[in-house]
Amino acid sequence: MPNSAEDIVSIRGLTKRYDGKVPVEAVRNIDLTVRRGELFGLLGPNGAGKSTTISVCTTRTPPTSGTVWIAGLNVVEAPAQARKHMGVVPQYNTLDRQCTVWENLYFHCRYFGYSSATATKRANELLEMFRLTERSKSFVRELSGGLAQRVQIARAIAHQPEILFLDEPSAGLDPQSRLALWDSIRQLLAGGITIVLTTHYMEEADELCNRVAIIDHGKILVCDTPANLKSSVGAQKVISLHLRSVSDSAFERSLGELAGVKGVEPTKEGVRIFVDNLDGLLPRIIEVTGPRLKDISISETTLETVFIKLTGRDLRE
Amino acid sequence: MSDSILYARAFWGLMVRDISVLRREFIAFMVRTVMNPLMFVFVFTYLFPKMGQDFQNARGISFGTLILPGLVAVAIFVQGIMGVALPLSFEIGSTREIEDRVMSPLPVSLVAIEKIVFSSLQSVVAALVVFPMIYFIPATPVHVHVNSWTVLIGNVLLASLASGAVGLTIGTIVKPQHIALMFGVVVVPVTFFGCVYYPWAALHSVRWLQIAVLINPLVYMSEGLRIALTPEAPHMPVWATLAALLLCVGLLGYTGVRGFLNRVLS
Ligand SMILES: Nc1ncnc2c1ncn2[C@@H]1O[C@H](COP(=O)(O)OP(=O)(O)OP(=O)(O)O)[C@@H](O)[C@H]1O
Ligand SMILES: [Mg+2]
Repeated sequence: MPNSAEDIVSIRGLTKRYDGKVPVEAVRNIDLTVRRGELFGLLGPNGAGKSTTISVCTTRTPPTSGTVWIAGLNVVEAPAQARKHMGVVPQYNTLDRQCTVWENLYFHCRYFGYSSATATKRANELLEMFRLTERSKSFVRELSGGLAQRVQIARAIAHQPEILFLDEPSAGLDPQSRLALWDSIRQLLAGGITIVLTTHYMEEADELCNRVAIIDHGKILVCDTPANLKSSVGAQKVISLHLRSVSDSAFERSLGELAGVKGVEPTKEGVRIFVDNLDGLLPRIIEVTGPRLKDISISETTLETVFIKLTGRDLRE
Repeated sequence: MSDSILYARAFWGLMVRDISVLRREFIAFMVRTVMNPLMFVFVFTYLFPKMGQDFQNARGISFGTLILPGLVAVAIFVQGIMGVALPLSFEIGSTREIEDRVMSPLPVSLVAIEKIVFSSLQSVVAALVVFPMIYFIPATPVHVHVNSWTVLIGNVLLASLASGAVGLTIGTIVKPQHIALMFGVVVVPVTFFGCVYYPWAALHSVRWLQIAVLINPLVYMSEGLRIALTPEAPHMPVWATLAALLLCVGLLGYTGVRGFLNRVLS
């Protein structure tokens, strides 16, 4: 059983293997806990197992082993009951193409047992809340990506679930729609709902989430607040050197010996240097590198840095 | 709310959605239901007799009488394909919009069963629409005689459920990109070898075919309606059609629900 009533999601030892021609172990023995009222982020690259984890939590994928509880209900033993407590926005548009925006909301309420009158009232309320009233009679194919996303979120919370799962909510949105999405996410959170979202945009995880779990190859690498994750890297800035020739260990050692350097790592294009501050360091780095230096760039530590530190890879690779 | 009330309400919600979509597309529904029997009856039982080319059965039963039950059966059968298999194939395999209904608070198998029930409803409506048409158009008299309403209603209901089960099974098996092929490979042979245009007994002269067509559910739908509507035409025994249709509903219903679960829960 889940540890406490505070935990709305409890995942214990979850493994999911897809038995296809090539069996894939999409999720490998993960444990996660999400507390009521928090915004929890699952951050990971393509194919990391984010959607699979969400699918199991939302009763759509049977786990190979392990257990998931949502609001104290085991999703394998009581899937229909568990679904009452959750709303889901999948990675792709699953709006009912045969129905208008208003009908999508209305029928969803009917599926959850609302009477015709209550469903009508709730659908109108949601249109208002998500500024969709003008589009209430539009059919799904007439909606832009950002609007469809909004309708999907409105529909997912229509039956007033305690927890909302958003799978890559900002994928494919233009920057303006993304900001609007972040706004509505914050509003929902203020209304008391718990949100679990997946993303491969580190800015999104950093900006929005109370806690973030970094997932790669089906495993949770770390799970903490964005601030703690970033400070765990032990450096404030990252200097990336673009070299004309491949880096070698002697060169990396001489960089590492410079005062203020916390760590050096080879990359595809050259090396990456972790430092606390830049005080006078740049001229010395340039001196050590010499003529093979092609380009140099400096960035703050981000969740991306954390991911690189943990896996040696870029999130976007 | 107790679980069974919750399930019943969710089930009803799914029905309300399907019925309201059908209401909006009622003209399309009518066209796809009415066109085939209308053309058929007009050409073979109106035009042909007028042209002096009437088919008469040896026992003096008019062709109109012979095909009336068959055409009603086809109208029932086609709903399973057009009303369930076709949309379901896309909703599962292409747009994935079935997912919101799968996320309703009821066992997923009931989402599949709702499709069968809704399809049956369309089949019954189709039967009611098609029947008067093929009764009144033919130029030669059509003899309809209902001996037992129980047998008629039982056959129509079982045939409707069986066609819904066929539709569910096909909709979960056939990928959207192969739907057009399915019409040629499944629908056409099933209707031509479904004892629609001839009674099953007449096939005795081609014995192997008479036995082979027994795997075709449409045979029992046509024969069942023959018993119920035109008992003077040769037909199978009542128990045979009812038992076979019951078996179809059970077997195909089970296969369809299993197929549905496999597709939507992976
Ligand atoms: N239905 C399936 N059958 C077989 N393999 C699958 C299935 N769904 C996912 N996979 C595989 O499982 C792994 C994890 O996939 P998943 O969709 O969970 O990743 P993700 O983190 O959501 O990635 P993305 O950012 O691409 O959405 C991938 O290797 C994927 O190919
Ligand atoms: Mg995904």
